[in-house]
Amino acid sequence: MNTATAALPAGFLARHFPERLRAIFWKEFIQMRRDKTTLRMMLGVPVMQLILFGYAINTDVRHLPTTVFDQSRTQQSRALVDRLAATGNFRIGAPAVSYADAIARIDQGRARAAIVIPPDYAQSLKRGRPTAVQVLVDATDPTASQSAIGAAQLVGQRTNVEILRARAGLTSNVPPVDVRMRPLYNPALKQALFMVPGIIGALLSNMLIITTAIAVVREREAGTLEQLIVTPLNRWQIMTGKIAPYLLVGYVQMTTVLIAGSLMFHVPIRGSLLLIYAVSLLFITASLSLGLLFSTLARTQAQAIQASFFVLLPNIMLSGFMFPREAMPAFAKALGLFIPLTYYLQTLRGIILKGVGIEAVWPQTLALGAFAAVLFMLSVQRFHKQLE
Amino acid sequence: MSGPVIEARDLVKTFGALTAVDRVSFAIEAGEIFGMLGPNGSGKTTTIRMLCGLMSPTSGSATVAGADVVREPDLVKTRIGYMSQAFGLYRDLTVEENLRFYAGVYEIGADAGERVEWALSAMRIAETRGRLAGTLSGGNKQRLALGCATMHRPPVVFLDEPTAGVDPAARRTFWQIIRELSAQGTTMIVTTHYMDEAERFDRLAMLSRGKLIAIGTPTEVRRSFGENVTLEDIFVKLQETVT
Repeated sequence: MNTATAALPAGFLARHFPERLRAIFWKEFIQMRRDKTTLRMMLGVPVMQLILFGYAINTDVRHLPTTVFDQSRTQQSRALVDRLAATGNFRIGAPAVSYADAIARIDQGRARAAIVIPPDYAQSLKRGRPTAVQVLVDATDPTASQSAIGAAQLVGQRTNVEILRARAGLTSNVPPVDVRMRPLYNPALKQALFMVPGIIGALLSNMLIITTAIAVVREREAGTLEQLIVTPLNRWQIMTGKIAPYLLVGYVQMTTVLIAGSLMFHVPIRGSLLLIYAVSLLFITASLSLGLLFSTLARTQAQAIQASFFVLLPNIMLSGFMFPREAMPAFAKALGLFIPLTYYLQTLRGIILKGVGIEAVWPQTLALGAFAAVLFMLSVQRFHKQLE
Repeated sequence: MSGPVIEARDLVKTFGALTAVDRVSFAIEAGEIFGMLGPNGSGKTTTIRMLCGLMSPTSGSATVAGADVVREPDLVKTRIGYMSQAFGLYRDLTVEENLRFYAGVYEIGADAGERVEWALSAMRIAETRGRLAGTLSGGNKQRLALGCATMHRPPVVFLDEPTAGVDPAARRTFWQIIRELSAQGTTMIVTTHYMDEAERFDRLAMLSRGKLIAIGTPTEVRRSFGENVTLEDIFVKLQETVT
């Protein structure tokens, strides 16, 4: 035989492994670069989603439109309304002319809360008789109503304390027990601080899963897979080539959101950037491998995309991205443990907001590493090198 | 070269109850242009897939360029070139990029640049080197695919219906190239259902319903079916027995 490939020892082939990988990386990069639409989407979507989630999905509900049905019409009743307004939770609008009118306004959505003050409010206070002030809150959206309810209760308590102290003849304005809250890591309780790391994670996984989900199917549909399969490339090399370019895309997306997050929402990065990038490598690999797995299971691109939608919702609902995992029923909470994003969010929030190091997030990092390894091996396993 | 470069011994492939290839044996010498003819479903594609190491035979064995298709399918793949019926190259890569990619896949190493130039000129596609493969004419696509498949100087090349849907002038050029490669010692195994092309084969095998029914030079095969019979007559008759 006159060919150089005849009777080569296995060691020689092994040493040549990099040349094949290089060829595959190079080819995938060229293809990615030529697909301008996808590329623009991959870089534009992160910023758009950050703006969308960061500004629009703001669960800090303040300034609920509020109507007042003040039957007392006294200085005292106006002082109470002012106090409620001063919490920032109630935006006082047009007054109601009757109790029924107040209810109607909430029913119609013109107001989200109503303050009802009885006719004898000022008189009762003066005579030391108990009186009742009603605050009606539209609780169809529990998150929106909760902070308003909390604020109203606080105003009520403070008012009571002041009145009782005045009756007891105490002149000092210092309360006996002063419970002071000190919110750590996010003193202003800004929602964006909580959201931005979440957006990085949700965005990375959703975009990358869909992109790689169509990667193998696309080659199958184009007929190029048949040609690849008769070459000496093995399935590890083909699959590694499929995910490598997107590792870079993932890093670019993550960096974009980090920079945009710090410019637009002033999210501080308290921990090590190096650690963020290292842990992200595991998470990005896990997401890409999951997409690849879908790609090997699907016969058409449409099927692959549908399969990836299957994980998008749990990703957002169960990972702790929007809803705290502590509040979930045991079953949902357990399901969340099978989502890589759950671990990634804990890690990211820890590093970015709390400034912790690997000593605090190693269990999550380990879990992400396990996800990456198992998912990638599964997808290689599933990838039939032989044509049926 | 001593002995045949391809040897198939009692190859059998069954899919459930269907026997796609039924005890097929043949030997092909180095440098031959060997044709495989038969109607659809005759088992020629399945036979080729087994010889390429893509499918393992249900029973029987075969060696291709010194490698056993059952025990060493990966070794087989380094020693063959394969060109599928459908255009299997990247439409969004240029001609030159496709060639470079396959040079890397076949680990040409330092000679890659030289081999790419060889393919561009041997396949008569030098003037298209910067064009995206998807924009090429049918004939140019075919030759680019052959260039990629022969990048690593394989001793054996399989061509599955290479000239389907290609205009006559491009077909003539293509055959010219096949003869050139064969003259350099490359063994070419070609399937076709253009009967006028059958005369171009050094030898051919006729398959019908998974069985090898005739093998030899075009003249020998014709004679085995009787005097004054054309290959086309035989082919039509075979097709009728199928339907």
